[in-house]
Parts: sequence; structure tokens; C-alpha cells
Amino acid sequence: MTATTTAADRQFLRLATVGSVDDGKSTLIGRILHDTGSLPSDHIESVTDQQGQLDLAALSDGLRSEREQGITIDVAYRFFSTEHRSYVLADTPGHERYTRNTFTGASNAHVAVVLVDARHGVQRQTRRHARIAALVGVPHVVAAVNKIDLVDYSAERFEELRAELDELALQVGIGEITAIPVAAKAGDNVVHRSSSTPWYDGPTLLEYLEDVELAAPSPQPGELRLPVQLVSRPSEGHRRSYSGRIVAGTVAVGDEITVLPSGSRSTVVALDTLDDGRAVGVAGLSVSIQLADEIDVSRGDVIVSGRADAHLPVVARELSATVCWLAEKPLRAGDRVALKHGSTTVRATVQSLDRRLDPDSLIEQVGPGELVLNDIGTVTLRTSSVVLADTYEQNRDGGAFVLIDEASNDTVGAGTIDEAREVVPGRATRNDIKWHPSSLARDERWRKTGQRGATVWLTGLPASGKSTVAVVLERLLVSQGRVAYLIDGDNIRHGISDDLGFSPGDRAENIRRVGHLARLFADAGVIAVASMVSPLRSDRDIARELHAAAGLDFVEVHVATPVAECERRDPKGLYRRAREGSLRGLTGVDAPYEKPTDPDLRFDTTGADVTELAQRIVDLLVERGVVAAS
Amino acid sequence: MTTSTTTVDPAIDHIPALRILESEAVHIIREVVAELENPVLLFSGGKDSIVLLHLAEKAFRPHPLPFPILHVDTGHNFSEVIAFRDKRVTPTAARPDGIRLIVASVQESIDTGRVEEPDDPSGSRNRLQTRTLLDALEHYKFDAAFGGARRDEDRARAKERVFSFRDEFGQWDPRAQRAEPWSLYNGRIRRGESVRVFPLSNWTELDIWRYIELENIELPPIYFASQREVFTRDGILLTASPFTHPRPDEKVATEWVRYRTVGDLTITGAVRSTATTLPEVIAEVEEATVSERGETRADDRTSSAAMEDRKREGYF
Repeated sequence: MTATTTAADRQFLRLATVGSVDDGKSTLIGRILHDTGSLPSDHIESVTDQQGQLDLAALSDGLRSEREQGITIDVAYRFFSTEHRSYVLADTPGHERYTRNTFTGASNAHVAVVLVDARHGVQRQTRRHARIAALVGVPHVVAAVNKIDLVDYSAERFEELRAELDELALQVGIGEITAIPVAAKAGDNVVHRSSSTPWYDGPTLLEYLEDVELAAPSPQPGELRLPVQLVSRPSEGHRRSYSGRIVAGTVAVGDEITVLPSGSRSTVVALDTLDDGRAVGVAGLSVSIQLADEIDVSRGDVIVSGRADAHLPVVARELSATVCWLAEKPLRAGDRVALKHGSTTVRATVQSLDRRLDPDSLIEQVGPGELVLNDIGTVTLRTSSVVLADTYEQNRDGGAFVLIDEASNDTVGAGTIDEAREVVPGRATRNDIKWHPSSLARDERWRKTGQRGATVWLTGLPASGKSTVAVVLERLLVSQGRVAYLIDGDNIRHGISDDLGFSPGDRAENIRRVGHLARLFADAGVIAVASMVSPLRSDRDIARELHAAAGLDFVEVHVATPVAECERRDPKGLYRRAREGSLRGLTGVDAPYEKPTDPDLRFDTTGADVTELAQRIVDLLVERGVVAAS
Repeated sequence: MTTSTTTVDPAIDHIPALRILESEAVHIIREVVAELENPVLLFSGGKDSIVLLHLAEKAFRPHPLPFPILHVDTGHNFSEVIAFRDKRVTPTAARPDGIRLIVASVQESIDTGRVEEPDDPSGSRNRLQTRTLLDALEHYKFDAAFGGARRDEDRARAKERVFSFRDEFGQWDPRAQRAEPWSLYNGRIRRGESVRVFPLSNWTELDIWRYIELENIELPPIYFASQREVFTRDGILLTASPFTHPRPDEKVATEWVRYRTVGDLTITGAVRSTATTLPEVIAEVEEATVSERGETRADDRTSSAAMEDRKREGYF
């Protein structure tokens, strides 16, 4: 960089301050803003008392309750700029109760400034925050050893603290912590060099920030990660386009790409990087691209390089991750959450809690019973659909996720992927449980009984006519000499699922069980006819993949009767109750129904002949070779 | 990542700060359209909402804007701003569909008794806007509303998330904000709840001006200096108008002024200036020693928590 940097060319640096309550974070920030001339006169006036004393700390605490209690509750974002750089500074709370906000502030930072009170040294919160900085992979950590004036600008004390900080760096896994002696209140070594620390020859805090090397985004074409955010429909004169923010690598017109998880390939024919004239899209930029071929791409897919030497993400269903738990309700093994990663959200189950970090000793406890608010721990997660994962170490954006509680919709956890594993659905995943093989091969069984098994899965809104069609289909098949069996969503709740309620997690579990049950039926040579609302695509996909992994036919039928018609029928009075407000979470009323994007068969039962509809399913089974034409 | 030996275009290893801010804002706008059902963009005709609209159009080009814009009209407008607004939404060759504009009128809220006009004839209608805004969001069932607010504007704004969750009464609870690490925004809501979304959170006033210059964005003329009839009230330079009712002791004079912000005419102050071009305006903003709101917004001076209180009630 040179002094002639124009405003539009300035580099962007994100900075987060962390550290214990009362170590002087807010004062330090006020000092930086003040000494870089970033404070408008009316703001200075607003924190100057009648004696003309400036209360720098008051600049940051923007909420009434923060000013009342004298603590920072939430991240405040502050801005300042120099000739070289534009800074966004996240002032994060020191208070333990608001660790989630510290995490938020640190997650995007290029530099973390750890505040340490020169009198007290490294505290419990300093450790915890340093661990968070390490966890979120802040590339540079600098320690402002504050209130150095209160230890008489002692070089010995500073050396002692520097040693303490070196040890902390080692403990939490930060490469190096640069220590700077400062007095935020007086302004020593923050922006201006202090004459009171002649023994110190390092940079001031601002000099450090100005010079710190910012890593360039990974600019290798073979490392492209473009999570698809939006797919625009083609309109007159315009092709379909795919938009998203590049997370790694580069993309340019002419590049060969692959779409994951489908594996479809194409070539980029147009690129819009917003700033006209840029030929190469690079990590950090939001882009839109068009492809040479009409292939199936949807939100949540990731566009990667199609080169032979491309570095690809793991198509994962199991993640080992480090999680910062942000909710009052503890996290336990078996819990279900929604996991948002890139532009995709999937369901996840906590398979196990593996380790928990003790914030005081920084020692890891193995096999904890739970993670409580603000805990940092290692967990194993199983996801309902694939996650196209990188490790956090490889790529901050490709390896980060948040956890969302499906009932409250709150963000309850933030995590980083340590390891991503591919898991084939249906394959036993616990190594202490083995699949006991039958002495019969499936082919042999099917040959002897003269029937091959399959699953017909009917999905649709409540009262769409699924069960009516399913009952007729079952009868039709049996009348043709086939063994068919109806697995009805309601019936299953009388036995196998009588322990489940209607929370989103329980509903997903119910569908999971039916998927496994249908697979066993199909394996036995029965045509399983499952009639389930099964509103979420991801849940149905699990059932489909279970069958695919076992080499069994799975026919998805979307009973696409319009909601108005379903509501008119309403044999169980569900819609009426939902409208009255006495029933919450009814699919189609106040809970979503995700239509199958590509069902094997779709029909509307309005005014239709049910037998004719059932026959259409039989015809499809004939076409698939499951049953012979009669 | 594994390393490979491909040569790298030296021009791509550094993206200027403004382009990072642009990409971040576009990412946020696209995320809302992907995850929420019925968004709207709050448009005041001020520079921030003009930049926001420009970014939204870029986010979806060459396709038309996939959501309408909403102007909460206090009835106390600068005529130049309304003329600009109407021209901005009109179809053109480049934008044949135009932009769908919805106007929510504070006057109508007063007429229908939803809100009561303050007794003081020169009183601001700013506080009244909240009710009109919430009524409009509810009427059209908008579940996401983009706003042009920036964190550098005010201490309470500095605390706001990018996706700011609001309960079914439109209220903001600063203690219960959702964690927002990385660029992972949680847009999940229940029926009746909504999110306010602030794609310009990390922009400063200067970023806005420099971006307007970079992208050559058209603004209403009141942002550039011209001669206007003004008078001083409580240290704020107000335009003389039928809404501002200059009192006998308030001397109206013709002066060279321009505006730093656009809002309700009764509370939006002008600054003395002769800057008639964008570079001149930018030079003045760079030199300014008083903040935008401090200089030009009378309503934020009423209490140190004025903005926080209004946000808690549902203001954006």
C-alpha cells in the first residue's frame, strides 16, 4: 500500500475486542476512535461531563440497560478509517453471560484484540475469550496490556505478563500473541507512541493494525466453492442464472464446473461480479453465473471446479465439530436441531457429546453429560441430508455452521467443522452393532415367493386423499395376487410411534421409523404402501436414500390436491381446529409443506376416480418391473 | 486448502473495501429472498435507501426486482424527494417492469384515528411513522422489511443485528438478539413475526457517498447545495414551509444549503454548503466534524435513548 491509496481502494479490516469485564475495552475503543479523529464533535459532547471530563467508555455502551449497569451486553460495531484501511470494530461483551455475542463478534474478525489489565493479568474470561478467538480461527491476536500506568509503566511487570500471554497462546492454540503495553485512558501506545514506556520498541496498537498482513483469499480456480443462494427463472431473453457469494477459489467464463451433490457438469458462459469489468470472480465476491447446459441446480447445492485436479468438499452426513452452545436449555446427546451451513439448512441429530472444555483450567473433559450455556465442546452430528463440508481449518466459511432450535427458531449454537465424513444411509454406523445376515439371499427369497418388494410412498397435505388411494391400491395389488401392506401415518402412531408427539423433531422421527419399516417390508418382498403427510423434503429423501442404498425400488407419489379442496373435505376436522386456533402446526395452514420437486407420479384427487388413480400407480410399478403386467 | 501451481491474476488478490461491502449487502438481500416469503424494501427517497434499492436491483439483474418498495409517507415531504421517488419507480427501457411502489400514509393513520397528531403544530410526525409502518407490514403480510439503517448512525443502531428479529407486535428486544456469527443469518420466524434486515449495517456515511460516486447513482437534488428559505430552530437549520410554521422570532432568510439526510421536513435540518457536485459533497463530508444525525435530526436529540426506544416500539 502507498499513501496514494484512494478511498475506493482501501483495504477492509475487521477487528474484535475481547477480554474480561472492567479490563477497559470500551475505554480502549473510545481512545482509538478519539485519537484517529473518528469521533464527531456531537458524540464527544454527549460523553463529556460538566467538568469537561471525557468518559470514553460511554461511547460504546449504546443501550439503556448497558449504561445503567455499566457493562456491555451486546456487540457494538464501530467504524474508523486511516489512509490505508477501513476498520469495522466489533466491541464484544466481557461478561460471561453474553459469550454468544463475543462469538458473533469474533467470527468474522481478521484481528482480535485481547484486553488484559496489567494489574490482574490473565483472567478466567481472558482464557475463555482467547479460546473463542482460537476456535473461530482469528488469524491474528494482539494483546493490549492495559492500565500499564497503574503499574508505574513497569517493564518487569510487562515482561511477566508477556510470558503469561505466551503460555496462554500455547494453551488455547493460538500461534502467537503480540503484546503491547497501553494505557487506554491516557492514550499511551494506542494511536500515539508513549514517552512513558521508553523500554518498549514495538508498534503502537494502531501501527500494528495498519501493518498486519491480511491473507489474500484463496485464489486457486481448483478450489472454487460457490454455494448456490438463488436460482433465477429464465425469462425472455435471459437464461437461468445462479447467484451466490464465492467462499473459496475463483470462477471465470470458460471454467468447467461441477454441481454438488448431483455431480452434474457444465461450463460457465457468463459471469456478473457486480463491479463491471472484473473477469475473475474471487472469494468474498457475490456473483451470478450462467451455464452452458440446462442442468438441475438448486439452493443449497455447491458449485465447485470441474478440473481434474480440483479440490472437492466432503459430501458429508456426519460431522465432528466444535460447538459453542448459546442457549439456556442444555445440549444433550440425541437432541435434534436444524443446522445451517452455507446456503443450506438440514436437520441434525447429536450422536454424541465427546468433550467439553473447562473454561478455567482449559482442560478437556471427556464424555460430558451436557453442554450448558456458553460451553465450548466437541460433538458428533448426524445430518438428515448431505452437507458439502470443508473443515474450518481449510476454509472458514465452508467449515462453519449455526444450530437452530426448531421449536423456538432461536440460534442456539455456533460450530466449526473439525472433520466431515461420508456415511451411507442404512449402513450400520455404530461399530458395536452388526447387521445379522439372514441365511437367505434377497434374490432367492423373491424367486421362491414369486414377488419382488418395493415401497410406494404417498405424500401430500392432510385430507388430500392419500389414505383413500393407498387403501384402494393395497386391495388392487392383493387382488392381483401380490402381497401388499398399508403403512398408514395414523396407524403407526398406535404402536411403533406411540412414544412420539407432534413436535417437528418427533414428526421427523416418526417418518424415519416408517422409512426403515418400509425398507424391511420391501426387503422381505412385500409392496409397502406408506401413506404419510411427510411435509419435509429432507425427511422423504432419507427414506428414498435408505431404499436406494439397499437397492430397493422407491416410488414417490405426490397427492397434490389443492389445500382449499383438502380443507373442504376435512374429515377429521383438523383444518377447522387449525383455523380456530386450537390446533397449531398443521401442515398447509401454519406449518410448511415442501412439495416433491421430482416425484415419480403426481396427481390431484379432486373429482378423480380413485381406482383409476391407484391403477396409475400399478402401471408405474409394472413399468419399473416390480410387478408383471396383468 | 491444498496448494496448486496455477498462476494467479495479481489484480484479484485485493478487493477494495467498497466492493466487499457491496458483495456483503447483495449476499444479505439474496438470502432474504431465498428464505423469507414476502419481503419489502423500505424506501424514503434518502441516500441510504437509494443505495439499498440500487444494490437490490444489482442482486437480481437482469431480472426485475422481486419485491415491492414501501414508502412510509409522513405527509411532510420535500417535493423534490417525492418527484425523485416517482421517477425512480417509473418503467424505462432498461427496466420495463418498473418498480412496484406502495405508499403507507401517516396522514391516513391520523384520519382513521390509528394515531393522534401531537398538539404542537410544528411537532414531528416521526414517532407516528411507527404505527403506520407496522400497520402496512401487517396489511400486506410482509415478513421481512429491508431498511437502509447503518450502525454508524446511532449508539442503539450500533447494536443492531443484520437480521433483526421482531415479535408479532414489531418489537425489538436487544437482550434477546440472535447470535449472528460468520455470514449465517437465521431468517426463521413464526407466522406474524418478522425480520428487519439491514444490508448496509457495516457501511459508514462516507462509504455511502463514495459508493454513490463509484456507481454514478442519481440522487434527489436536495443533496446538493442550492438557495433555500431557511430559519434556525433549536440549533437546527429548517426549511421554511407550511409544515414548519416559522414563529415570529424565527427569522427566515435565503441561504445556500444542502441536506445530509432526508426525512420528515419538520425535523430534518440543512447544512450550509456550496457543494453542488458529488466530489464537493464528499470533500465536505470527509471534513465534517459533526455526525449526520447530530447535525440534522431534531428528534434524536430528545433523549440519549430516543432511537433505542423507537426501535423497541417497532421503528426500523
